[in-house]
Amino acid sequence: MKKLGQRAKSPLEYGRSAWLRLMLLATFVFLYAPIITLVAYSFNDSRRNIVWRGFTLKYYEKAWNNEGLIEAFVNSLTIAFACTLVATVIGTMAAIALWRFPFPFRRAADATFALPIVIPEICMGVAMLAFFSRIGWPTDLIWPFNLGAITIAHISFSFPFVAVVVRARLASFNRELDEAAHDLGASPWQRFQDILLPHLRPALIAGALLAFTLSLDDFVITFFTSGPNTVTFPVKVYSMVRFSVTPEVNAASTLLIVITLVLTSIALWLQNRGNERHPG
Amino acid sequence: MHRSTSFWTFFLPPSLWLALFFLAPLALVFGFSFAEKRGLIDIVITGTLDNYLRALDPLYLRIFVKSFWFAGLTTLICLIMAFPIALIIAFSSAKWKPILLLLVILPFWTNLLIRTYALIAVLRTRGYVNFSAEWLWEKANAGLNLLGLGDYQLLGERFVPFELLYNNTAVVFGLVYVHLPFMVLPLYAALDRMDRSYIEASLDLGAGQLRTFFSVVMPLALPGIISGIIITFIPALGSFLTPDLLGGTDSQMIANVIERQFKSANDWPFGAALSFILMYITFFALAVRALADKGNRGSGSTPA
Repeated sequence: MKKLGQRAKSPLEYGRSAWLRLMLLATFVFLYAPIITLVAYSFNDSRRNIVWRGFTLKYYEKAWNNEGLIEAFVNSLTIAFACTLVATVIGTMAAIALWRFPFPFRRAADATFALPIVIPEICMGVAMLAFFSRIGWPTDLIWPFNLGAITIAHISFSFPFVAVVVRARLASFNRELDEAAHDLGASPWQRFQDILLPHLRPALIAGALLAFTLSLDDFVITFFTSGPNTVTFPVKVYSMVRFSVTPEVNAASTLLIVITLVLTSIALWLQNRGNERHPG
Repeated sequence: MHRSTSFWTFFLPPSLWLALFFLAPLALVFGFSFAEKRGLIDIVITGTLDNYLRALDPLYLRIFVKSFWFAGLTTLICLIMAFPIALIIAFSSAKWKPILLLLVILPFWTNLLIRTYALIAVLRTRGYVNFSAEWLWEKANAGLNLLGLGDYQLLGERFVPFELLYNNTAVVFGLVYVHLPFMVLPLYAALDRMDRSYIEASLDLGAGQLRTFFSVVMPLALPGIISGIIITFIPALGSFLTPDLLGGTDSQMIANVIERQFKSANDWPFGAALSFILMYITFFALAVRALADKGNRGSGSTPA
């Protein structure tokens, strides 16, 4: 058998072909240039001009002083916290129920719990709109209870994602530990609390962060469940974007990008640390 | 005995939630798709098929055809762009692989709305692309002046910005921009799993890189290609934000029509029917994918 590494360039090292490298570079420019320019120009000291006029933070200050924007941001965070709490709990329950208990129709149950992940967002958005208006969900509650409908919709689409993350972690659970504990007389609750839960911890944190970012980022479904008094950050940015392109929107967008990137990185890092055996 | 009580403690809360706050809303919309509108907010489920028949009206049929065309073109462009990327990543060294993968996934974590906004900022008439083009135009004109050709106005009297936004091209551009990672990941997964000795054998036996690619790599990566096509096509077909923000009056897709029925046009039964047509297409595509997966597993189990 020939040794690939010994030749200057083996035919399978596609990464060393100049053409393919150029395509890779072009694709990354295509993917990143718009986002990077957006972030860079949030610091540009010029309102209308796109020429670089020096570094400034004044658009962040402006965004900070924009009451509507801050209100929307607080709404988004409130919804995301509530959504994370509930979605993590019921997502984990769903994962354990579907993993641990072999029962008939399990495949059907699996598929049903995956539905919110696969159906088009627009369909779920209009379903939520129709549902809440049909059951006469009150729209004039005081803050934060007026955010209830949006929060419920967010929980519905994010808990299946939590379930997927937890389910992946459950695959590496050593059932013998659980059986040993059972033989030694541990109660079901003790086994859950002292054996299963500690094993799941990285997935619980990763799932929670995922639910948080999904909730914080969602536009389409929120767009259909939010009213004039319940604007979230992406919905607010949408109305600003429709209106005009300003450095203030760039600043607000940059903040959201940074928050999402940080949270997702932590989630991914935890997940990788948890499942060392499953790289990527 | 114990088992069944603890099973229900875990199973009931998520199932109740799903039934109440997901399946019930969907069932309601499904019901509405067979309903008639009587008065401003009165909707009566009568079992009529009129809403579905109305979707066959040439006006809406054209929007369906257009949506399929946009999503299909997006999928094709993504496939062509993603294949070399996936190939490089799958065959790169252990050091580079995670870095390149991360670079592909990273844009995923950026809000869809913000990515679309970034495209507007780049493509608008006063955006960065046109700004750079204008700068080049001025330099070229100055060059021509230097050469003494300034009087002929070879490049036009003044710079005319390109109309890059609010048309069909902008929508497809935006859809490709948003969906490219969806295509790279399944292709990468398929290429990464592939038995490389087939490629080596093909190259050793005298087939060129191109022939090897089309007669060995492509067929072996077929499950990944099908997977990639489906998970790119489905969200592209149901796109709302991209045509809404980047498209012109003539670039409406199905989701924009659905939104209009539920908001400004206030015709929920028709919107419900359109929304369920989109769901039926999604389920059909997922069934195709499941079948392709099954077929692949069946042939893969035969020992080579």
